[in-house]
Amino acid sequence: MSINRREFFKIAGFAAALGLGGATVAAAVKKEVESSGPYLLDPKGLKAKRWAMAVDMAKFQSDADIQKCIDACHQTHNVPEVDPANPAQEIKWLWTETYEHAFPGNEDEFIAPHYKHLPFLVLCNHCENPPCVRVCPTKATFKRESDGIVMMDMHRCIGCRFCMAACPYGARSFNFRDPRPFIKKELNREFPTRTKGVVEKCTFCYERLAKGVMPACVEVSNGALAFGDIDDPGSDVRKVLDNNFTIRRKPELGTHPSVYYVIGGKEHA
Amino acid sequence: MYDSGKILAGLIIFIVIATLPFTLNLGKAVAKPSPSIDTPAINQMAKKQCVESKDYMKTTHMQMLNNWRDEVVREGNRLYVAADGKEYNMSLQNTCMHCHSNKSKFCDECHNYVAVKPYCWDCHIAPKEGA
Repeated sequence: MSINRREFFKIAGFAAALGLGGATVAAAVKKEVESSGPYLLDPKGLKAKRWAMAVDMAKFQSDADIQKCIDACHQTHNVPEVDPANPAQEIKWLWTETYEHAFPGNEDEFIAPHYKHLPFLVLCNHCENPPCVRVCPTKATFKRESDGIVMMDMHRCIGCRFCMAACPYGARSFNFRDPRPFIKKELNREFPTRTKGVVEKCTFCYERLAKGVMPACVEVSNGALAFGDIDDPGSDVRKVLDNNFTIRRKPELGTHPSVYYVIGGKEHA
Repeated sequence: MYDSGKILAGLIIFIVIATLPFTLNLGKAVAKPSPSIDTPAINQMAKKQCVESKDYMKTTHMQMLNNWRDEVVREGNRLYVAADGKEYNMSLQNTCMHCHSNKSKFCDECHNYVAVKPYCWDCHIAPKEGA
Protein backbone atom coordinates (compact mmCIF):
# COMPACT_ATOMS: atom_id res chain seq x y z
CA MET A 1 0.00 0.00 0.00
CA SER A 2 1.28 3.41 -0.79
CA ILE A 3 0.04 6.71 0.56
CA ASN A 4 0.65 10.10 -0.86
CA ARG A 5 1.97 13.11 1.03
CA ARG A 6 -1.51 14.56 1.64
CA GLU A 7 -2.87 11.34 3.17
CA PHE A 8 0.20 11.00 5.38
CA PHE A 9 -0.30 14.50 6.84
CA LYS A 10 -3.97 13.76 7.47
CA ILE A 11 -3.20 10.58 9.40
CA ALA A 12 -0.32 12.17 11.30
CA GLY A 13 -2.40 15.19 12.30
CA PHE A 14 -5.30 13.05 13.47
CA ALA A 15 -3.00 10.82 15.51
CA ALA A 16 -1.35 13.84 17.17
CA ALA A 17 -4.73 15.35 18.10
CA LEU A 18 -5.84 12.04 19.55
CA GLY A 19 -2.63 11.73 21.58
CA LEU A 20 -2.85 15.23 23.02
CA GLY A 21 -6.50 14.81 23.94
CA GLY A 22 -5.82 11.51 25.61
CA ALA A 23 -3.00 12.98 27.67
CA THR A 24 -5.16 15.79 29.05
CA VAL A 25 -7.98 13.39 29.91
CA ALA A 26 -5.51 11.06 31.63
CA ALA A 27 -4.02 13.96 33.61
CA ALA A 28 -7.49 15.11 34.72
CA VAL A 29 -8.43 11.60 35.85
CA LYS A 30 -5.16 11.24 37.73
CA LYS A 31 -5.68 14.54 39.52
CA GLU A 32 -9.19 13.51 40.49
CA VAL A 33 -7.91 10.28 42.01
CA GLU A 34 -5.07 11.97 43.91
CA SER A 35 -7.17 14.71 45.45
CA SER A 36 -9.92 12.48 46.81
CA GLY A 37 -7.74 10.38 49.06
CA PRO A 38 -9.03 8.87 52.29
CA TYR A 39 -6.57 10.91 54.38
CA LEU A 40 -7.64 14.01 56.29
CA LEU A 41 -6.13 16.64 58.53
CA ASP A 42 -7.24 16.38 62.13
CA PRO A 43 -9.63 19.31 62.66
CA LYS A 44 -8.48 19.52 66.31
CA GLY A 45 -4.95 20.39 65.21
CA LEU A 46 -3.49 23.88 65.54
CA LYS A 47 -2.71 25.57 62.25
CA ALA A 48 -0.22 28.29 61.38
CA LYS A 49 1.57 29.71 58.38
CA ARG A 50 4.84 29.64 60.27
CA TRP A 51 5.36 28.59 63.87
CA ALA A 52 7.77 30.65 65.94
CA MET A 53 8.91 30.97 69.53
CA ALA A 54 10.05 33.86 71.70
CA VAL A 55 12.23 33.10 74.72
CA ASP A 56 11.94 35.76 77.43
CA MET A 57 14.98 35.12 79.59
CA ALA A 58 13.86 37.58 82.31
CA LYS A 59 10.82 35.46 83.06
CA PHE A 60 12.87 32.49 84.15
CA GLN A 61 13.18 33.02 87.89
CA SER A 62 15.76 30.30 88.49
CA ASP A 63 17.66 27.46 86.90
CA ALA A 64 14.90 25.17 88.15
CA ASP A 65 12.40 26.93 85.89
CA ILE A 66 14.62 26.26 82.90
CA GLN A 67 15.20 22.68 83.95
CA LYS A 68 11.43 22.19 84.18
CA CYS A 69 11.09 23.02 80.46
CA ILE A 70 13.96 20.72 79.53
CA ASP A 71 12.55 17.87 81.62
CA ALA A 72 9.09 18.28 80.09
CA CYS A 73 10.58 18.09 76.59
CA HIS A 74 12.76 15.10 77.31
CA GLN A 75 9.97 13.25 79.09
CA THR A 76 7.54 13.83 76.22
CA HIS A 77 9.93 12.69 73.52
CA ASN A 78 11.82 9.89 75.24
CA VAL A 79 15.13 11.75 74.94
CA PRO A 80 17.97 9.64 76.33
CA GLU A 81 20.48 10.91 78.87
CA VAL A 82 23.84 9.52 77.88
CA ASP A 83 26.87 9.40 80.13
CA PRO A 84 27.88 13.02 80.94
CA ALA A 85 31.52 11.93 80.64
CA ASN A 86 30.83 11.44 76.94
CA PRO A 87 29.53 14.84 75.79
CA ALA A 88 30.03 14.03 72.09
CA GLN A 89 27.21 11.49 72.38
CA GLU A 90 24.80 13.82 74.16
CA ILE A 91 21.31 13.98 72.63
CA LYS A 92 20.11 17.58 72.62
CA TRP A 93 16.58 18.78 71.97
CA LEU A 94 16.34 21.66 74.41
CA TRP A 95 19.42 22.67 76.34
CA THR A 96 21.25 25.66 77.78
CA GLU A 97 24.16 27.56 76.34
CA THR A 98 26.24 30.50 77.58
CA TYR A 99 25.78 33.91 75.98
CA GLU A 100 28.99 33.78 73.98
CA HIS A 101 28.18 30.35 72.63
CA ALA A 102 24.58 31.18 71.82
CA PHE A 103 25.36 34.55 70.19
CA PRO A 104 28.91 34.45 68.87
CA GLY A 105 29.85 37.72 67.22
CA ASN A 106 27.86 39.67 69.81
CA GLU A 107 30.15 38.92 72.72
CA ASP A 108 31.18 42.52 73.40
CA GLU A 109 33.62 43.15 76.20
CA PHE A 110 31.32 45.28 78.34
CA ILE A 111 27.95 43.68 78.37
CA ALA A 112 25.70 43.57 81.42
CA PRO A 113 27.28 40.74 83.42
CA HIS A 114 23.82 39.47 84.27
CA TYR A 115 23.27 38.54 80.63
CA LYS A 116 26.77 37.29 80.09
CA HIS A 117 26.18 34.59 82.67
CA LEU A 118 22.59 33.62 81.90
CA PRO A 119 22.02 30.06 80.75
CA PHE A 120 20.25 30.72 77.46
CA LEU A 121 17.66 28.13 76.53
CA VAL A 122 18.41 26.96 72.98
CA LEU A 123 16.71 24.56 70.58
CA CYS A 124 16.29 23.92 66.87
CA ASN A 125 15.54 27.29 65.27
CA HIS A 126 13.23 25.89 62.60
CA CYS A 127 14.87 28.21 60.08
CA GLU A 128 12.99 29.65 57.16
CA ASN A 129 16.00 28.77 55.03
CA PRO A 130 17.28 25.61 56.72
CA PRO A 131 20.76 24.48 55.66
CA CYS A 132 20.15 21.01 57.12
CA VAL A 133 17.33 20.45 54.62
CA ARG A 134 19.50 21.54 51.69
CA VAL A 135 22.20 18.99 52.44
CA CYS A 136 20.06 15.97 53.32
CA PRO A 137 20.65 13.39 50.56
CA THR A 138 17.49 11.40 51.32
CA LYS A 139 15.07 14.23 52.15
CA ALA A 140 14.76 12.67 55.59
CA THR A 141 14.82 16.18 56.98
CA PHE A 142 12.46 18.57 55.28
CA LYS A 143 10.60 21.80 55.90
CA ARG A 144 6.90 21.28 56.16
CA GLU A 145 5.38 23.67 53.64
CA SER A 146 2.16 24.01 55.62
CA ASP A 147 3.63 25.50 58.79
CA GLY A 148 7.40 25.87 58.40
CA ILE A 149 8.40 23.21 60.92
CA VAL A 150 11.72 21.58 60.03
CA MET A 151 10.87 17.92 60.40
CA MET A 152 12.74 14.65 60.61
CA ASP A 153 11.50 11.48 58.92
CA MET A 154 13.34 8.87 60.98
CA HIS A 155 12.29 6.16 58.53
CA ARG A 156 14.41 7.78 55.84
CA CYS A 157 17.44 8.95 57.83
CA ILE A 158 20.57 7.05 56.83
CA GLY A 159 22.74 8.64 59.52
CA CYS A 160 25.17 10.42 57.19
CA ARG A 161 25.27 13.43 59.55
CA PHE A 162 25.53 16.02 56.75
CA CYS A 163 22.76 17.92 58.52
CA MET A 164 24.79 18.07 61.71
CA ALA A 165 27.67 19.59 59.81
CA ALA A 166 25.34 22.04 58.08
CA CYS A 167 23.39 23.23 61.14
CA PRO A 168 25.09 26.38 62.48
CA TYR A 169 23.35 26.03 65.85
CA GLY A 170 24.45 22.53 66.86
CA ALA A 171 20.81 21.61 67.21
CA ARG A 172 21.17 18.09 65.87
CA SER A 173 22.40 15.01 67.68
CA PHE A 174 23.40 11.61 66.38
CA ASN A 175 22.48 8.33 68.03
CA PHE A 176 25.81 6.59 68.22
CA ARG A 177 24.21 3.85 70.28
CA ASP A 178 20.77 2.41 70.84
CA PRO A 179 19.20 5.15 72.96
CA ARG A 180 16.69 2.97 74.82
CA PRO A 181 18.93 1.84 77.70
CA PHE A 182 19.73 5.51 78.38
CA ILE A 183 16.15 6.65 78.86
CA LYS A 184 16.16 6.87 82.62
CA LYS A 185 12.63 8.11 83.18
CA GLU A 186 9.38 6.30 82.51
CA LEU A 187 8.84 5.96 78.75
CA ASN A 188 6.15 8.05 77.11
CA ARG A 189 4.39 5.17 75.42
CA GLU A 190 2.57 7.44 72.98
CA PHE A 191 5.76 8.63 71.27
CA PRO A 192 8.47 6.50 69.68
CA THR A 193 12.09 6.40 70.73
CA ARG A 194 14.82 6.63 68.14
CA THR A 195 17.13 3.91 66.92
CA LYS A 196 20.86 3.61 66.54
CA GLY A 197 22.22 5.55 63.55
CA VAL A 198 19.68 8.36 63.12
CA VAL A 199 19.92 12.09 63.79
CA GLU A 200 17.34 13.76 66.01
CA LYS A 201 16.36 17.23 67.16
CA CYS A 202 13.55 19.39 68.48
CA THR A 203 10.39 19.07 66.37
CA PHE A 204 8.38 22.01 67.80
CA CYS A 205 6.16 19.21 69.18
CA TYR A 206 4.41 18.66 65.85
CA GLU A 207 2.64 15.66 67.38
CA ARG A 208 1.17 17.85 70.14
CA LEU A 209 0.21 20.66 67.73
CA ALA A 210 -1.66 18.06 65.67
CA LYS A 211 -3.70 17.24 68.78
CA GLY A 212 -4.38 20.91 69.47
CA VAL A 213 -2.03 21.46 72.41
CA MET A 214 1.00 23.73 72.77
CA PRO A 215 4.54 22.35 72.82
CA ALA A 216 5.57 20.66 76.07
CA CYS A 217 8.20 23.26 77.02
CA VAL A 218 5.80 26.16 76.38
CA GLU A 219 3.15 24.57 78.54
CA VAL A 220 5.35 24.44 81.67
CA SER A 221 7.26 27.69 81.09
CA ASN A 222 4.86 30.06 82.92
CA GLY A 223 4.86 32.43 79.98
CA ALA A 224 8.62 32.62 79.53
CA LEU A 225 8.25 30.85 76.20
CA ALA A 226 5.74 32.41 73.83
CA PHE A 227 4.69 30.27 70.90
CA GLY A 228 2.44 30.96 67.97
CA ASP A 229 2.01 31.85 64.32
CA ILE A 230 4.43 34.61 63.38
CA ASP A 231 2.21 35.47 60.41
CA ASP A 232 -0.74 36.20 62.70
CA PRO A 233 -0.49 39.70 64.27
CA GLY A 234 -2.66 38.62 67.19
CA SER A 235 -0.61 35.57 68.20
CA ASP A 236 1.22 35.27 71.54
CA VAL A 237 4.61 35.30 69.89
CA ARG A 238 3.84 38.44 67.87
CA LYS A 239 2.66 40.26 71.01
CA VAL A 240 6.02 39.55 72.62
CA LEU A 241 7.96 40.53 69.50
CA ASP A 242 5.97 43.77 69.08
CA ASN A 243 6.62 44.92 72.65
CA ASN A 244 10.21 43.89 73.25
CA PHE A 245 13.65 44.14 71.72
CA THR A 246 14.57 40.71 70.46
CA ILE A 247 17.60 39.08 68.87
CA ARG A 248 18.08 35.87 66.96
CA ARG A 249 21.02 33.48 66.86
CA LYS A 250 23.52 34.13 64.03
CA PRO A 251 21.15 36.16 61.82
CA GLU A 252 24.10 37.06 59.56
CA LEU A 253 24.02 33.54 58.10
CA GLY A 254 20.70 34.19 56.40
CA THR A 255 18.96 31.13 57.77
CA HIS A 256 16.12 33.23 59.26
CA PRO A 257 15.65 31.44 62.57
CA SER A 258 12.15 31.24 64.05
CA VAL A 259 13.33 31.42 67.67
CA TYR A 260 13.67 34.92 69.12
CA TYR A 261 15.29 35.98 72.40
CA VAL A 262 13.91 38.86 74.44
CA ILE A 263 16.79 40.87 75.88
CA GLY A 264 16.11 43.12 78.83
CA GLY A 265 12.47 42.14 79.22
CA LYS A 266 10.69 43.25 82.36
CA GLU A 267 10.53 40.64 85.06
CA HIS A 268 7.02 39.52 86.00
CA ALA A 269 5.86 41.31 82.89
CA MET B 1 38.58 -40.51 34.88
CA TYR B 2 41.37 -39.53 37.22
CA ASP B 3 40.66 -39.38 40.97
CA SER B 4 37.12 -40.58 40.41
CA GLY B 5 36.88 -41.82 43.99
CA LYS B 6 37.74 -38.43 45.47
CA ILE B 7 35.45 -36.56 43.08
CA LEU B 8 32.48 -38.84 43.68
CA ALA B 9 32.99 -38.74 47.45
CA GLY B 10 33.24 -34.94 47.30
CA LEU B 11 30.09 -34.71 45.21
CA ILE B 12 28.16 -36.92 47.61
CA ILE B 13 29.31 -34.86 50.61
CA PHE B 14 28.31 -31.66 48.82
CA ILE B 15 24.85 -32.98 47.96
CA VAL B 16 24.29 -34.18 51.52
CA ILE B 17 25.27 -30.80 52.99
CA ALA B 18 23.33 -28.80 50.38
CA THR B 19 20.13 -30.76 50.98
CA LEU B 20 20.54 -30.86 54.77
CA PRO B 21 17.84 -28.21 55.42
CA PHE B 22 15.35 -30.31 53.50
CA THR B 23 16.33 -33.75 54.81
CA LEU B 24 16.49 -32.60 58.43
CA ASN B 25 12.97 -31.15 58.29
CA LEU B 26 11.53 -34.02 56.28
CA GLY B 27 8.18 -35.17 57.63
CA LYS B 28 8.09 -32.47 60.30
CA ALA B 29 5.12 -30.15 59.89
CA VAL B 30 5.77 -26.63 61.10
CA ALA B 31 2.79 -25.33 63.04
CA LYS B 32 0.65 -22.99 60.97
CA PRO B 33 0.79 -19.46 62.34
CA SER B 34 -2.40 -18.50 64.11
CA PRO B 35 -2.32 -14.85 65.11
CA SER B 36 -4.45 -14.25 68.16
CA ILE B 37 -6.92 -11.41 68.56
CA ASP B 38 -7.61 -12.29 72.19
CA THR B 39 -6.88 -8.92 73.82
CA PRO B 40 -8.96 -6.94 76.33
CA ALA B 41 -9.63 -4.12 73.84
CA ILE B 42 -10.79 -6.46 71.07
CA ASN B 43 -12.87 -8.63 73.40
CA GLN B 44 -14.82 -5.55 74.44
CA MET B 45 -15.80 -4.72 70.87
CA ALA B 46 -19.37 -5.55 69.90
CA LYS B 47 -18.34 -6.15 66.30
CA LYS B 48 -14.78 -7.35 65.90
CA GLN B 49 -13.83 -5.12 62.99
CA CYS B 50 -10.36 -3.80 62.16
CA VAL B 51 -9.80 -0.58 60.24
CA GLU B 52 -10.60 -2.41 57.02
CA SER B 53 -11.84 -5.93 56.27
CA LYS B 54 -9.87 -8.90 57.53
CA ASP B 55 -8.85 -10.01 54.03
CA TYR B 56 -7.68 -6.52 53.13
CA MET B 57 -5.66 -6.23 56.32
CA LYS B 58 -4.14 -9.68 55.79
CA THR B 59 -2.84 -8.89 52.33
CA THR B 60 -2.32 -5.13 52.40
CA HIS B 61 -1.43 -4.05 55.96
CA MET B 62 2.19 -3.39 55.01
CA GLN B 63 1.29 -1.04 52.15
CA MET B 64 -1.31 0.60 54.36
CA LEU B 65 1.24 1.21 57.13
CA ASN B 66 3.64 2.66 54.56
CA ASN B 67 0.94 5.05 53.31
CA TRP B 68 -0.05 5.98 56.84
CA ARG B 69 3.56 6.73 57.69
CA ASP B 70 4.03 8.98 54.66
CA GLU B 71 0.74 10.80 55.20
CA VAL B 72 1.40 11.47 58.89
CA VAL B 73 5.09 12.30 58.77
CA ARG B 74 5.33 14.12 55.48
CA GLU B 75 1.84 15.53 54.85
CA GLY B 76 0.68 16.01 58.43
CA ASN B 77 -2.64 14.23 57.74
CA ARG B 78 -3.57 12.20 60.78
CA LEU B 79 -7.08 10.92 60.07
CA TYR B 80 -7.81 7.89 57.94
CA VAL B 81 -11.30 7.47 56.55
CA ALA B 82 -12.01 3.77 56.29
CA ALA B 83 -14.19 2.17 53.61
CA ASP B 84 -17.13 2.15 56.06
CA GLY B 85 -16.74 5.89 56.69
CA LYS B 86 -15.27 5.58 60.19
CA GLU B 87 -12.30 7.85 61.02
CA TYR B 88 -9.15 6.56 62.63
CA ASN B 89 -6.04 8.26 63.98
CA MET B 90 -3.21 6.92 61.80
CA SER B 91 -0.74 5.64 64.38
CA LEU B 92 0.93 2.27 64.67
CA GLN B 93 1.81 2.76 68.31
CA ASN B 94 -1.42 4.39 69.47
CA THR B 95 -4.11 2.98 67.18
CA CYS B 96 -3.05 -0.44 65.87
CA MET B 97 -1.34 -1.53 69.05
CA HIS B 98 -4.10 -0.14 71.24
CA CYS B 99 -6.30 -3.03 70.12
CA HIS B 100 -3.59 -5.49 69.14
CA SER B 101 -1.79 -5.20 72.47
CA ASN B 102 -0.41 -8.71 72.07
CA LYS B 103 2.48 -8.12 69.69
CA SER B 104 4.18 -11.49 70.36
CA LYS B 105 0.97 -13.41 69.64
CA PHE B 106 -0.23 -11.21 66.78
CA CYS B 107 2.55 -9.54 64.78
CA ASP B 108 5.37 -11.94 65.56
CA GLU B 109 3.29 -15.04 64.92
CA CYS B 110 3.27 -14.64 61.12
CA HIS B 111 6.39 -12.51 60.79
CA ASN B 112 8.48 -15.24 62.41
CA TYR B 113 6.82 -17.91 60.28
CA VAL B 114 7.74 -16.17 57.03
CA ALA B 115 11.06 -14.90 58.47
CA VAL B 116 10.48 -11.21 57.93
CA LYS B 117 11.87 -8.78 60.45
CA PRO B 118 10.16 -5.40 60.12
CA TYR B 119 12.18 -2.76 61.98
CA CYS B 120 9.11 -1.00 63.39
CA TRP B 121 10.05 -1.83 66.97
CA ASP B 122 13.54 -0.35 66.82
CA CYS B 123 11.81 2.97 67.47
CA HIS B 124 8.11 2.39 68.10
CA ILE B 125 7.38 1.13 71.57
CA ALA B 126 5.56 -2.20 71.70
CA PRO B 127 2.76 -2.45 74.24
CA LYS B 128 3.45 -4.06 77.59
CA GLU B 129 2.20 -7.61 77.54
CA GLY B 130 0.75 -9.05 80.74
CA ALA B 131 3.17 -11.44 82.52
